[in-house]
Amino acid sequence: MDTTVTNPHEVTQSLLYLDGVSVSFDGFRALNNLSLELAPGEMRAIIGPNGAGKTTMMDVITGKTRPDSGEVLFDKGSVDLTTKDEAAIAELGIGRKFQKPTVFENHTVEDNILLSLKDDRSVRGNLMWYANSGDSDRIGEILKTIGLTAHGKRLAGSLSHGQKQWLEIGMLIAQDPKLLLVDEPVAGMTDAESMTTADLLKDIAKDHTVIVVEHDMEFVRRLGVKVTVLHEGSVLAEGSIDEVSANERVVEVYLGR
Amino acid sequence: MREVRDRFLALVLSFGVLLSGGLAAAQTYEDALRGFTADSFNDTDAAISAVAGSGHAMAAVLIQALQDERLLFDAQDKRVFIRDASGPLLDAATGKPIAGNAPANLQPVRLNNRLRRSVEAALGSLTLVSPEPAKRFEAAQAVFKSRDANALATLDSAIAKEVDARVKKALIEARAAIVLGKADATEPEKLAAVATMRERGDHDARALLSGLSDDQPVSVKRLVADAISTIDSQLAMWSVVQNLWYGLSLGSVLLLAAIGLAITFGVMGVINMAHGEMVMLGAYTTFVVQEVIRARMPWLFDYSLAIAIPLAFLVAAVVGMAIERGVIQFLYGRPLETLLATWGISLILQQAVRTIFGPTNREVGAPGFMSGAFELGGLSITWNRLWIIVFAALIFVALLAALRFTTLGLQMRAVTQNRRMASAMAIPTNRIDAFTFGLGSGIAGLAGVALSQIDNVSPNLGQGYIIDSFLVVVFGGVGNLWGTLVGALSLGIANKFLEPYAGAVLGKILLLVLVILFIQKRPRGLFALKGRAVEA
Amino acid sequence: MITRRLIEAPDGRGWIFLAIVLVAAVLVPLLHLLLPPSSPFHVSTSVMTLWGKYLCFALLALSLDLVWGYCGILSLGHGAFFALGGYAMGMYLMRQIGTRGVYAHPTLPDFMVFLNWKELPWFWYGFDWFPYALLMVVLVPGVLAFVFGWFAFRSRVTGVYLSIITQALTYALMLGFFRNNFGFGGNNGLTDFKDILGFNIQSSQTRAALFALSAVALALGYVVARMVVQSKAGKVLIAIRDAESRTRFLGYRVENYKTYVFTLSACMAGIAGALYVPQVGIINPSEFAPANSIEMVIWVAVGGRSTLVGAALGAVIVNFAKSTFTTGMLAPYWLFALGALFVLVTIFLPKGILGLMPQRAEPAGPNGSPANGRVAQPAE
Repeated sequence: MDTTVTNPHEVTQSLLYLDGVSVSFDGFRALNNLSLELAPGEMRAIIGPNGAGKTTMMDVITGKTRPDSGEVLFDKGSVDLTTKDEAAIAELGIGRKFQKPTVFENHTVEDNILLSLKDDRSVRGNLMWYANSGDSDRIGEILKTIGLTAHGKRLAGSLSHGQKQWLEIGMLIAQDPKLLLVDEPVAGMTDAESMTTADLLKDIAKDHTVIVVEHDMEFVRRLGVKVTVLHEGSVLAEGSIDEVSANERVVEVYLGR
Repeated sequence: MREVRDRFLALVLSFGVLLSGGLAAAQTYEDALRGFTADSFNDTDAAISAVAGSGHAMAAVLIQALQDERLLFDAQDKRVFIRDASGPLLDAATGKPIAGNAPANLQPVRLNNRLRRSVEAALGSLTLVSPEPAKRFEAAQAVFKSRDANALATLDSAIAKEVDARVKKALIEARAAIVLGKADATEPEKLAAVATMRERGDHDARALLSGLSDDQPVSVKRLVADAISTIDSQLAMWSVVQNLWYGLSLGSVLLLAAIGLAITFGVMGVINMAHGEMVMLGAYTTFVVQEVIRARMPWLFDYSLAIAIPLAFLVAAVVGMAIERGVIQFLYGRPLETLLATWGISLILQQAVRTIFGPTNREVGAPGFMSGAFELGGLSITWNRLWIIVFAALIFVALLAALRFTTLGLQMRAVTQNRRMASAMAIPTNRIDAFTFGLGSGIAGLAGVALSQIDNVSPNLGQGYIIDSFLVVVFGGVGNLWGTLVGALSLGIANKFLEPYAGAVLGKILLLVLVILFIQKRPRGLFALKGRAVEA
Repeated sequence: MITRRLIEAPDGRGWIFLAIVLVAAVLVPLLHLLLPPSSPFHVSTSVMTLWGKYLCFALLALSLDLVWGYCGILSLGHGAFFALGGYAMGMYLMRQIGTRGVYAHPTLPDFMVFLNWKELPWFWYGFDWFPYALLMVVLVPGVLAFVFGWFAFRSRVTGVYLSIITQALTYALMLGFFRNNFGFGGNNGLTDFKDILGFNIQSSQTRAALFALSAVALALGYVVARMVVQSKAGKVLIAIRDAESRTRFLGYRVENYKTYVFTLSACMAGIAGALYVPQVGIINPSEFAPANSIEMVIWVAVGGRSTLVGAALGAVIVNFAKSTFTTGMLAPYWLFALGALFVLVTIFLPKGILGLMPQRAEPAGPNGSPANGRVAQPAE
C-alpha cells in the first residue's frame, strides 16, 4: 500500500487483483480493506457467513458497485476495473452467474445461449445478424455440456430451478470469459444435481479461471480447490478446505460462541 | 368675479376656522353651504374646501353625502339637504330631519372628476381627525396619494395630537409628500421630506421622488438621488423576500399535493395516477360541507373547513382503500400496469364528479380567518396562503410522527422493507397495504381542503397537480419524506425565482427541463437510499 | 438477403394483417372514387377520412408497441413525437396557403400577420419545400427522442421514472406550443390548409390518396418493426425488457439498444402524425396533452402488447369505439367506458385481445411466463 503505483503493468501477474477494497452503504461496511489475488487458470472457492461481503465483492468486480477505495485490476494488472461499466467488463471477459438464477424467461433455451455467445454486441451488428451453422453448432455443443439438449426449443421460463441454474452456467460457457464468477451454483439443487454441477464446474475450470461462492461445504470439498473465507468484508482465512475447517477463527465465525 | 371672491372668502374663512373654532365654525360652515346651491363646479369646489376647513361636526357627514351623491340643494331657497342613507331628509345646516314635506324641486349637487378628487382629499383631511386609528391611517394614506396642499394645516394639527405610532408615521409621510409637491416649501423642509420618503422606501415613495420637478435646490437633488438608490436596493431585497415567500407558498401547496404520493409511491412503490383525483375529492367534500352549512346552519360557516378536514380525509381514504382492494392489490409487482389501471380510475372519478357536480368550477368560500391580508415590511401576506403553509407543516409533522411512533407506522415500515418477513411475523400485510394506501389517499384529501381555498374546484383540479407531485417525489428521492419536503420547497422556490425572468409558462418549462436533467444525473433523487435492499 | 428478410419478417398473423391493410389501401379509395354516392358500396369521404385517421393511430400504436412491448420502455410521451411530425407537416401546409390566407401575405402565415410579425422565424425556413418538410417529419421527433433517450438511458432512468419524465416532456412541449411567441400558432395551432403538393386538400382524389398512403405507411411500419424484432437485436431488446441488468452483464450496451429503438419508434410516430394532419385538417397543442399519450398505451394494451398486429388492432378498435360513443347520446359515458377499459384490460386481459387467440410459440409478452404470470427480475 505504501508504494505508489504509476504503471499498473508492474503490479501483478495475477488475472484478478483486489487490494484494499472497501465499500460501505449508509455507514455499513460491506467490504473492509479486502485483498484477494487469483492466478490465471486457478479455481477458487469463497465461503463465508451471510453478510460477509461475497455478493458485494462480485458486484465490485463486475462493475455494478464502485468501491470507495482500493484497487481492482484485471488481466495482469493491465485493466483498472473500477473505471469500467458492466458491459465493458463483460466484454473484457468476466462472466457472472447470479445467486438467484436469472435467465431470459421469454426466450427459448437456445436463444438464451445465442445471446450469450461471444460475438458482436453492437446494435448494428445484431440488426444485420443471420442465423448461421457456426452458431448453431456451438449452441448444440453447450446444450450437450449442460445436459439440456432435449430442451433447446423450450422457453427458459418453463425450466425447473436446477435446469435454470445449468442454463445459466451454459450461458457463462457461451460467453467464453477469462474469468467466471459463479454465485451459489447449487442453491436449491438435490445432492445428485449438486455433484453433477461440481463436476461440470471442474470441467470448465480446466481452461478457465473460476471463482465459486458457495455455502454448501460438501460441494466445496468436492471441488477440492483453495478456499478463501470472508468475514465482515475482509479475508479471514485462506487454504485448503481441511485447513480452513480446522482454523479456530473460522469455526468461531461459523458456529458462533 | 363672484366666484373668485367666494373662493377667496372661503379660503380666508377656512384659515380663520382653524384658528378660532366653536361659534365661528358654525358660522363659516353655514356660510360655506351656500356655495353648493349655485350649481357651479367652481363654487362647489370652494364650498368643499370651506366645509372641510370649518371643523364643524357635520362636515364629514356632508362631504361623505356629497361623494355618494346624496347631497341635494334647493336653488330657490338656497338651502342644502342631506338624504340620509336610511331615507329621511336632513337639513345640512343642523343635521336634524326636516319638519314637514320636502321641498319640491331638489336637485343633487353635481360633481365632475376634478371635484371628486377634491372630495376625496377633503374626506381624507376630515377623517385625519377621526377618533378611530384605522380611519386616521386610511386618511393619511389618502392624503399621501392626493397630496392636497389644503390638508397641510389639518395634518400638522393631527400630527401634533397623534398618539398611535403607526398612524403618526403615516401622517408624517403624507405631510412630506405634500411638502415635496409644494413649490414654496423651504430647502430644509424638503430635505426632511426626502429623508422621510427614503425611510418609507416603497414603490410609492420612489415614484414620488423620481417624479419631482427639476427646479429643486442642488442639495435636495443630491439627497433625492441618494434616496432613490437606497430605496431601489431595499426594493430589490424585498422582491427577493417576496419571491421566497411566494416560493414557500407554492412549495407548501406542492408538499400538500405530493406528500400523500410520497406514501403511496415512495413507501409502497405504487404509481397512483388517481392521486390527483383524491385531492379533487377532498376539495369537493369541502364544497359539499359548505353547501350544507350555508343551507342549514349558516352560523357554522367559519368552522366549515374544520368540519371538512376530517370528512375529506375519510372520503379520500375510503375511496383510496377501495381502489387498493379492488384494483391495485392484483397488480403488485407490475408498476407499469398499476399506472395504467389507476389512470383509468382517475378518468372514472373525474367523469363521476363531472356528472354529479357539473363540469364548471364550484365556489368554495373562505371563512373569516382565511380572508384578507396583512403587511409585513414590504410584503403583503394573505391569510389563506399563510394558513396553507401552516397546514402543510402540521400534516408533515403529524405524518412523520405517525410513521415513527404508531404501531401502524411501524408495521408499515416493516412491510415496506421486507414483506415476507413482516408477514412471517404475523403482520397482516394485506390490511397494512390497504391502510397505507388509505393514509396516502386521505392526506391527498386533506390537500384538497387546502387547495379549495386557492384553486378552482373543478373536475380537473387533480390533473393540474399530478405531474408536479410526481416530480416532487422523484426529485426529493423516493421513500423519504424529508426528501419530499426539500423537493417541494426547492421546486416551489425555484419556480417563483424563474418566473420574473422567464415568465410563468416558460419558467415552468425551464423547471421541467431542469428536473428532467436532474433525474438523469441522479435517477434516485436528492435523498437516495443506498445499498442492496433498495435495489432489489 | 434483404428480400429474404422482408419475406420472413411477418408471421402467419402478420400476413393476414398485411393483406387486409393493403387490400384496404386499394379497395377503399376505388370504392370511394368509382362508385356513385347512391351505391350501397360507396365509401363516403367522411368515412374514408375517419378510417384514414385510425390507420395513422394504428401506426402510432405500432411504434409504441415497439418500445413498450419489446423493450419495456413505457413511454407516456409518444404523443409528443406524433404531434411534432404533425406540426412539421402542418408547417409545410401553412406555407402552401400563400396569398390565399385571410391577410393574403405571400410568406407569413395568417397567425403571424395577426401577431404583427414582420419576418418569418428562422425555423420556418425551408418548409415550403416538400422534401425538406418530409425530412423534418422524421428528423425532429427522431432527434428529440435520440437526445432524450441518450440522456435518460445512459443514466439508467428506467421503469416508472422514465414514464414520468416522458409525461413531463410532452407536458413541457404542450405548455410551449400553447404560447403565441413560440411561433407555431399558439392555441389555435395550424389549420385552414389549402393544398398539398398542388392538390386540393379537400378533394376526393387527395383524400383517397392520403388514405392509401396511410395504409401503405402502416404496412411498411409493420414490416420494419417486425424485421427489427425478428433480428438478433430484437432478441436483445426482449432480453433487456425481461432482465435488463442480466443483459448488461452479458456485455450488451443496454443504453444503445434502448436509444436506437426509442429513436426509431419516435420517427414512426412522427410519420403517423404527418399523415394524420392533412386528413383532419388541423394540428394544435392539445395533441401534446399528457392524457393523450397515456390513452395511446391503452390501445396497445387492448390489442395485445408485444404483438405489433395487436397494437394496430387495438388502436382501431378503441378509436372506433370512441367515435361511435362520443357522437351519440352515450357521449357523457365515454370516459367511464375508457376508464373501465384501462382497469379491466390490465387486470383481466394482460395479453390483450390477441392473447385470447390460439397462437404458436412466440416469444410471449412479459405476462406470459407460465410460472407466476410475472417477470422474473434479477436480484439487482
